[in-house]
Amino acid sequence: MSALSFQSVSKIYPPKSAGAQPLQALDQVSLDVQEGEFFGLLGPNGAGKTTLISILAGLSRASSGRVLVHGHDVQNDYAAARRLLGVVPQELVFDPFFSVREALRFQSGYFGIRRNDDWIDELLDNLGLSDKAHANMRQLSGGMRRRVLVAQALVHKPRVIVLDEPTAGVDVELRQTLWQFIARLNKQGHTVLLTTHYLEEAEALCGRIAMLKRGQVVALERTSELLRTASAQVLRLKLDGELPPALQAIARVTGRIVQLPVHNALEIEAHLAAIRAAALVAEDVEIRQADLEDVFLEVMNRSQSGALS
Amino acid sequence: MNGWQTLFYKEVLRFWKVAFQTIAAPVLTSVLYMLIFGHVLEDHVKVYDQLPYTAFLLPGLVMMSVLQNAFANSSSSLIQSKIMGNLVFVLLTPLSHWNWFVAYVGSSIVRGLAVGAGVFLMTGWMVHIQFAHPLWMAAFAFMGAAMLGALGVVAGLWAEKFDQMAAFQNFIIMPMTFLSGVFYSIHSLPAFWQRLSHFNPFFYMIDGFRYGFFGQSDVSPWTSLAVVATALLLVSTIALHLLRTGYKIRG
Repeated sequence: MSALSFQSVSKIYPPKSAGAQPLQALDQVSLDVQEGEFFGLLGPNGAGKTTLISILAGLSRASSGRVLVHGHDVQNDYAAARRLLGVVPQELVFDPFFSVREALRFQSGYFGIRRNDDWIDELLDNLGLSDKAHANMRQLSGGMRRRVLVAQALVHKPRVIVLDEPTAGVDVELRQTLWQFIARLNKQGHTVLLTTHYLEEAEALCGRIAMLKRGQVVALERTSELLRTASAQVLRLKLDGELPPALQAIARVTGRIVQLPVHNALEIEAHLAAIRAAALVAEDVEIRQADLEDVFLEVMNRSQSGALS
Repeated sequence: MNGWQTLFYKEVLRFWKVAFQTIAAPVLTSVLYMLIFGHVLEDHVKVYDQLPYTAFLLPGLVMMSVLQNAFANSSSSLIQSKIMGNLVFVLLTPLSHWNWFVAYVGSSIVRGLAVGAGVFLMTGWMVHIQFAHPLWMAAFAFMGAAMLGALGVVAGLWAEKFDQMAAFQNFIIMPMTFLSGVFYSIHSLPAFWQRLSHFNPFFYMIDGFRYGFFGQSDVSPWTSLAVVATALLLVSTIALHLLRTGYKIRG
């Protein structure tokens, strides 16, 4: 049985004003996550990642289709489904009335767990929060509040951990701490579903990845497979000046850095020739293996042209 | 395992941590009413022929405090959690709509009765009080607080902004409590207003509560009990329905 099973999930938001189009946030999304997987859900802003997670968590209802957590329907059998889920919401929310420990005790209590302090201490310790246990939530910095959100999601030792952009706006140290901890829980058998905009994180952590675009699944593969099917290599160089239009269409440009997908030596020569012909001087030229970001852009562009034809 | 007990306890702790604002302030307001109205009207008004005005006023003020604070508790807790976004912590749990209802309404009853008791303690010494039927008193205080707690749940779910909540409170709850016979016996009103008062469920709560003190009231306590029980049942049904369907909290 799958840990998570999304079956033809669609979500249509009614039009906000008369005459406006209804918004299709999810369109027949089907995918399964197996127990023990570290699964990545990627996509640009507005692709439907958070909507999908909201439906899974019971914060929102699907317009059609259904979602199961270890076989429990998130609507009809919500209590069982939610016991198995630990969700770290994307928004940095907190209850200003209480201290960190109080918040964690309450969260345990909602799941019917009394005297959870041993596990709470372990969570605090692993997330670097031990010295903040008695601090009021209001006094904590954004990064600390983020850690508490993670701890709150884990108080009931859920079999499935769902992280919705947990590292957005978070410093390097916390990212390291967080991923070490989550990776350890994953090794112990917890299933992890992650959405993130940091593709190097997804590449490093996720065994399998789904890419969403405009509410549809446009890729669903093992991470290694995705990387393998990508354009074999990337030509990376620095330039001052405007790229020729032919190259601009396929290039990934970050300031002076230009990256071009290449499949063979001939293509490399052709690209460099085009740059020379435009009277530009390329510096720091190198060729590297494609990474997940390249694959991501390729998949997104491919599905765009696919949608047009 | 009872998750609702935790939510109930959290809700009680929430208002208790700011007790100055949630208990002491409304008690003080009622004490001021008692001092001012008592001073101005004591020698001029007698109710039920022989009852001094302050003795008549006291149960009304107590009940008004119970009702307003029961409403304020669930409604303000819900709207704050919605706007702060921290309602998500409860939304993610396996708690059922009944769990939510019992916790939010239960904590509202506690707050309402705590403020009512505070008002009673601070003003009781000013007048000679009787306790004709303590059970009636308790029944109306409890049911009134429960109904307003449930109404607070409805308002808290419905309102999307503090502005809307303030409108609900100031244009519905305040007038209905003020015009329910807290400050006067409705027999002193012109016929039209007397009839209109009979459509106000708050009137029956206060009238029934007062019966518990004096054994005297504008209408029969059984009538009041029937009206209040019906209103409580109706509002609770609505609140439970909204909680079950996740009205405005589950998209």
